[in-house]
Amino acid sequence: MSRSSDLARPSDHIESDDAGEPVGGPKLGFVGSLRFFWRQLTSMRTALFLLLLLAIAAVPGSLVPQRSSDPNGVVQYRVDHPDLYPIVDALQGFDVYTSVWFSSIYLLLFVSLIGCVLPRTKHHWQALRAKPPRTPARLTRLDDVQVRSLADDPATALDRAEQLLRRRRYRTERYGASISAERGYLRETGNLVFHASLVGILLAVALGGSFGYSGQKIVVEGEPFVNYVAGYDSFTRGRLVSDVALDPYRITLDSLDVVYETENEHAVGQALDYTANVTVQQPGESGTATSTIKVNEPLRVDGTTVYLLGNGYAPRITVRNADGDVAFSGAVPFLPQDTNLTSIGVVKVPDGLPEQLGMIGFFYPTVGQLDTGALTSAYPDLTDPVLQLNVYEGDLGLDEGVPVSVYTLETDDLTQIAGRGTDVPAVDLAPGQTADLPDGLGSVTFDGVSRYASLEIHHDPSQGWVLLFAILVLAGLLTSLFVPRRRMWVKVLTEGDGRLRVEYAGLARGDDPGLSAAVAELAEEHAGADPALSRTT
Amino acid sequence: MTQTLDEISAILLFSGMGVYALAFIAFTLDLARRSARADVVAESGAERIARARAGGSTATLERPPVAAAPAERASASLRVGVTLAVLGWLLHLGATVLRGVAAARVPWANMYEFAMTGTLLIMGVFLVLLVRRDLRFLGAIITGLVVLLLGISTVGFRVEVVPLPPALQSYWLVIHVLVAILATAFFTVGFALSLVQLMQARREAGRQVRFRMPASIPSSTALENSAYRVVIVGFIFWTFTLIAGAIWAEHAWGRYWGWDTKEVWTFIIWTIYAGYIHARATRGWRGSRSAWLAIVGYSAVLFNFGIVNVFFKGLHAYSGL
Ligand code: HEM
Repeated sequence: MSRSSDLARPSDHIESDDAGEPVGGPKLGFVGSLRFFWRQLTSMRTALFLLLLLAIAAVPGSLVPQRSSDPNGVVQYRVDHPDLYPIVDALQGFDVYTSVWFSSIYLLLFVSLIGCVLPRTKHHWQALRAKPPRTPARLTRLDDVQVRSLADDPATALDRAEQLLRRRRYRTERYGASISAERGYLRETGNLVFHASLVGILLAVALGGSFGYSGQKIVVEGEPFVNYVAGYDSFTRGRLVSDVALDPYRITLDSLDVVYETENEHAVGQALDYTANVTVQQPGESGTATSTIKVNEPLRVDGTTVYLLGNGYAPRITVRNADGDVAFSGAVPFLPQDTNLTSIGVVKVPDGLPEQLGMIGFFYPTVGQLDTGALTSAYPDLTDPVLQLNVYEGDLGLDEGVPVSVYTLETDDLTQIAGRGTDVPAVDLAPGQTADLPDGLGSVTFDGVSRYASLEIHHDPSQGWVLLFAILVLAGLLTSLFVPRRRMWVKVLTEGDGRLRVEYAGLARGDDPGLSAAVAELAEEHAGADPALSRTT
Repeated sequence: MTQTLDEISAILLFSGMGVYALAFIAFTLDLARRSARADVVAESGAERIARARAGGSTATLERPPVAAAPAERASASLRVGVTLAVLGWLLHLGATVLRGVAAARVPWANMYEFAMTGTLLIMGVFLVLLVRRDLRFLGAIITGLVVLLLGISTVGFRVEVVPLPPALQSYWLVIHVLVAILATAFFTVGFALSLVQLMQARREAGRQVRFRMPASIPSSTALENSAYRVVIVGFIFWTFTLIAGAIWAEHAWGRYWGWDTKEVWTFIIWTIYAGYIHARATRGWRGSRSAWLAIVGYSAVLFNFGIVNVFFKGLHAYSGL
């Protein structure tokens, strides 16, 4: 192995000789086989193989929608590829990153990593306390050598050399008329910290999942959200999160301000800013505090983080019966369908009318008309809002004990009484307007529009740990890749004429492009610039 | 105002591309000359075309006089190449800065701008490295790649200046994306070095190759060492990108890691380059095998930028297309 061009790992890294030999060799026995297997697993080659395998195994998850990040994509995939779906599903293709095969690869990799790092740590610990090794007999055979001639006495020359080396943070040891020095232990330390911190990240992520929770909640302007399990629209939690683990603070959405671009002709209607103005009340405290939540600026409350993930319109609708008594009244969140916020929502009126009533509503913040005559939204802000309602009558299916989505209306068992497909036109309303329902059922009023914010609340106690280990990973990486690990030797020989011949030599341990400059610099400071003899002796 | 500045920016960019293209020709000419010197071979097509252009004639197809002091001419076209590359880079820099001024923000918020700033940094890193060591033999690959990427992005990705969507209004846009682009620049130089390393290794093995490497190019071992040094810098930046991205994702989306397609590919790239670094410390994997890993890693980088941004679905839908 050539020395100066060898950028490999520090030479005191013990690679268990790649454990190749026993194949087909003498019979190993059970313990022998185990040891053989272990050595294979913790070899550098296996680490490399597993790393590359992990990279490949991660690819499918970007080609096929994942349940964790894109559940609707999975549903759509099922529709689009009915034949492929069961196969992909059986291969855990929709849950790649939690699949058995993906997990086995990274777990094996981490076992290999631990098996690799532990012996290296021990070895490094010993190296840290050992003396620099003996000076090689013939320094001039090393690649990076300088030779100087000096008029000095040997003891002073050696002392000065030692001083210079110490100042360069070398650890030194005298061997006769020579000094052996070594520096850069931090390189291996960095490497070990790096690898150990990877394990740290894995553990923090794995454990953190058990203690964290997250949930979503749609909150209409003026309404509160209270942080308890039933307060969420959807909620997931780790195994170790109990019902009472949530801190029941209250957040009221005072207003949601949205700013749209109006001037740049290429971006008219593009959202520029969303700001949720909220009032926060801590449990057990009477005082409140106001705050804001923006897309990149979540709100931190009581160990949870509150994000503004989405927004939309919630038309305020009142339904009265023929006598004028209120059967339904409230703000109904509609789901946005396009960038101009054409929105669809459902109003269900189970009581107060002769029959249950359902309405599918279309909301256009700035109404426009397509060539076909159908309505559309031309701009996302509330310039000319119109609410259009298709009305259905019959059994809403709410009483069967099966949970039904508030955003869909199952129309199979219903009779449509107004809107497209019937003789009665859909009910079109501007804010403040009231229209009669068909068949003298009563009336519906469009009281006005509120905005709503879709909030996401997270609690992840491991997050800080993950960040800490990530920073250690980076720090370890920097030191292990840029701290040079080198050995230096200075040897003093007395020549026939009484002058000293001093040899300076360096040896790289790992990637070290600056070694020869460092040797030359040491020689220069110790003995002056002119090499006394040619390097080749 | 915005529009005018943006138009000037586009004009500067086109001029820069033109100058880069000329630099590419000069670098190629130099390679061709030097390889012709390495062992006597016929004049290459690129050389002939370039000579025809230089002479102002399109029909100069007769063979040149053979013995015209090739060493000097080679270094002349090399110097011309570097000069043109620097000139092109200044125009490119002007274009990028103006685009930023026009948009009143950092010029890396959509595909067109990523490509513009990315290639600017590729050239920039290459030129800065030139000060420290003689990598001019990479000039043809780097300028060629940059012209190609800029060409694709001006034709395919050019968009008008529009304001930032709320999700991008964050200082992390400045940090995370800039460092990602910087990492890419280093990976690009590493890729070019690994490519030359592979060709050099074949030459050293005495294999008959179609494109002869000039003899004056460093040995494959020296190339491998240089590639490694450049790649580890890129790798560190990439690691930082990954961490910064996770922090930003936590701020913007409420989770630091969600295996979104772009996150997946960032992870894949990181893992491949970690493999590359390991490969150099693994018996049997040094040399050409590890060079291949650097090339595979770089292909993943290009894929992540060119394909994932445009065709894959995910939260990182900021291509602006
Ligand atoms: C999750 C898996 C792993 C990752 C992501 C990883 C990543 C890295 C990286 C980035 C480096 C270069 C930076 C440094 O030296 O600190 C490195 C070096 C190193 N790794 Fe790993 N590694 C992994 C697993 C392993 C395993 C299982 C082994 C042992 C078999 C190992 C042994 C080494 C050695 C010896 C070096 C030093 C190489 C050199 O100095 O060139 N690594 N690793």
